[in-house]
Amino acid sequence: MTIDLVHYLTVSAILFTIGVLGIFLNRRNIIIILMSLELILLSTNINFVAFSSYLHNVQGQIMAMFVLTVAAAEAAVGLAILVTFFRNRGDIAVDDASMMKG
Amino acid sequence: MLSDMSTVVTLAVFAPIVGAAIVGGFGRWLGNIPSQAITTGLLFVACALSWFTFIQHTWGGMEDFTVTVLPFINIDTFHSAWSIRIDALSSTMLIVVTTVSSLVHLYSWGYMSEDPSRPRFFAYLSLFTFAMLMLVTAADFMQLFFGWEGVGLASYLLIGFWFQKESASSAAIKAFVVNRVGDFGFALGIMTVYWQFGTINFHELFPMIASHQGQTWEFLGQSFSALDLAAFLLFIGAMGKSAQFFLHTWLPDAMEGPTPVSALIHAATMVTAGVYMVCLLSPLFEYAPVAKMIVAYIGAITAIFAASIGFTQNDIKRVIAYSTCSQLGYMFFAAGVGAYQAAMFHLFTHAFFKALLFLGAGSVIHGMHHEQDMRKMGGLWKYLPITYGVMTIGTIAITGLGIPETQFGFAGFFSKDAIIESAWAAHNTPQGLFAFIMGIAAALLTSFYSWRLIAMTFHGKKHWEHAHDDHHEVIDGHDASEPAHDDHAHDDHHGHGHDHKPHESPWVMLVPIGLLAVGAVFAGVAFAPYFIGGHAHEFWGHAIFTAPTNHIMHEAHEIENMWVKLAPLAVTLIGMALAWYYYIAKPNLPKKLAANDGPIYNFLYHKWYFDEIYQVIFVKSAKILGDFFWKVLDVKIIDNLGPNGAAWTALKSAKNLVKTQTGYVYHYAFAMFLGVVGLLTYVFWLVH
Repeated sequence: MTIDLVHYLTVSAILFTIGVLGIFLNRRNIIIILMSLELILLSTNINFVAFSSYLHNVQGQIMAMFVLTVAAAEAAVGLAILVTFFRNRGDIAVDDASMMKG
Repeated sequence: MLSDMSTVVTLAVFAPIVGAAIVGGFGRWLGNIPSQAITTGLLFVACALSWFTFIQHTWGGMEDFTVTVLPFINIDTFHSAWSIRIDALSSTMLIVVTTVSSLVHLYSWGYMSEDPSRPRFFAYLSLFTFAMLMLVTAADFMQLFFGWEGVGLASYLLIGFWFQKESASSAAIKAFVVNRVGDFGFALGIMTVYWQFGTINFHELFPMIASHQGQTWEFLGQSFSALDLAAFLLFIGAMGKSAQFFLHTWLPDAMEGPTPVSALIHAATMVTAGVYMVCLLSPLFEYAPVAKMIVAYIGAITAIFAASIGFTQNDIKRVIAYSTCSQLGYMFFAAGVGAYQAAMFHLFTHAFFKALLFLGAGSVIHGMHHEQDMRKMGGLWKYLPITYGVMTIGTIAITGLGIPETQFGFAGFFSKDAIIESAWAAHNTPQGLFAFIMGIAAALLTSFYSWRLIAMTFHGKKHWEHAHDDHHEVIDGHDASEPAHDDHAHDDHHGHGHDHKPHESPWVMLVPIGLLAVGAVFAGVAFAPYFIGGHAHEFWGHAIFTAPTNHIMHEAHEIENMWVKLAPLAVTLIGMALAWYYYIAKPNLPKKLAANDGPIYNFLYHKWYFDEIYQVIFVKSAKILGDFFWKVLDVKIIDNLGPNGAAWTALKSAKNLVKTQTGYVYHYAFAMFLGVVGLLTYVFWLVH
């Protein structure tokens, strides 16, 4: 059996779904949200690379590099926010973080 | 000559409003004395011009004329103009109004001397005088109505002059509201006249009336004589203004105003406007037999009713107020039986002696440091000799003492006896007989309560000697805690030593009273030949119309029965003797009667329970109706469906929407996600 585009896309879709569900079903920890975001970004990366190789177009891989950069920056900012959040509240439980409630 | 006279009467009518405008607008900057001088000066000018007009009209052979000052309303066939109509009626009223008004202005220099807002008072007085002059010189119903409402306004302002007192401001409102009832009838009457005749101009209207005699008006299957209807509706207006039975309740309460106001407005001038109107509209009333009969009945009932209340009241001003009410009743039944001349004559003499009595009472009140309760007076003749003298003259004049068949008598003798005799002349009609009997009975009561007033005030024990310390707490509901604004200021800052002995009033008050006393003595004998005597026909000219079948005035002169002529004098003397017996010979008897609390005494003391009945029937039901409109219609229906309902809906839906704002990041993210998914689906579906 050859590994073709469909398999890549399937993996990517599964990863994406896990990421999304990780955000919504998560009740305990903000770090898990960050991890899930990484997962979503990775799944898109897989898509980009897979299509790049399939279409013989290098633009997809360039885009993947951009995504990685953004993901790194996002992780840095996200973790910085997380640290401040923890300092302020002494807790990183998601269910308690509803200060935006109107 | 005529154009000169036009200028004279225009000046006479408009002088008071000039004073009112200057002092009303700038009195604060002018100061008290200039304000008083301007208004009083202009009033005396108006008074002199009015007398000149009257003299020219009566003896100078001047014809009736009308000056058109300005056009007012010209719509299609409806025409009205500001004009000044001069005839016997209006020139008589001109001198009555301006004479009493200028004397009252002068008197107020003394009476109001310690009031902080004198410019306002004098401006109101002048405004009143102007409105009254507009009323009496009106040449059409529109201006009559303007003057009518103008005097109502001025009366409201002056009754409520001491508006800090709750009793005064509610009395002012009461006067205004009760007058609205009358004015409603009056306005309907004017509309009826316009609808019938297509004109409101007296000059055009009066000649047309005779030809409209049979005209009827169908309503609810009943047919009414249109002339009777118009006259009756107009008479309702007169009832309101002249405080006749059913609409009289405001007049006694109006005594909350300063005493000069009571003398000017609620005795001599404004309240007689109704009588004046009926006499002015004699061409209409002569062809409205039913309305005339109602006028006679209402007048006769008022005469006896008000007199019966008068003799149980203890407030000196209220006694005179009821007496005014009763005398107005006399004038109305005179007009009702067709003796308009006698009604006008009584109006004329009454203005003098009633203004005299009121100003005299004001002098007593002033001298007693604003005590109005006669039970706290007594023995004052020694302290207020001049006031005592003029009050006695006024009392003799109102009770109508005089010698029948001669020319000796005080003012009231001529006019009141003329009224009673004309009622007798009409005794073959039921209303005439009723009016005659009531007139005689009321004369008895008038004499009794008038002499009772003199006896309680000026004779007997001095009831004020031991009571003087607390008198400013008891004065007729006045609140002594606000001395700076009402006439109490007087008590506190008076410079006549520390004993509260009554004192005679200053000359500026006594001179007007003295002049009125001269009028009260001689107005009857001097003017009887012109108003009701041999010169009456030339004097009245076309101003008063009597139908060809109306011979009342003539018959009244030809009465053969001696007892009819002697009856008023006899009952007057009986009343005088009774007053002497009860209040001087046996002063304890009335107190015992009052203490007994008998049903008749209570009935009279509580003014036939009119206020209580009106309270239940009209005030309460109006309140219930008002509450219904307010609490149910307005609050529950209009507000709940309108503004409050909209606000409630917005609030409710906002509260529901708020529930979606959970504050959880993942909820927002999920919503965003769903949105993106939805959008993408839509885009793909479009592309597809």
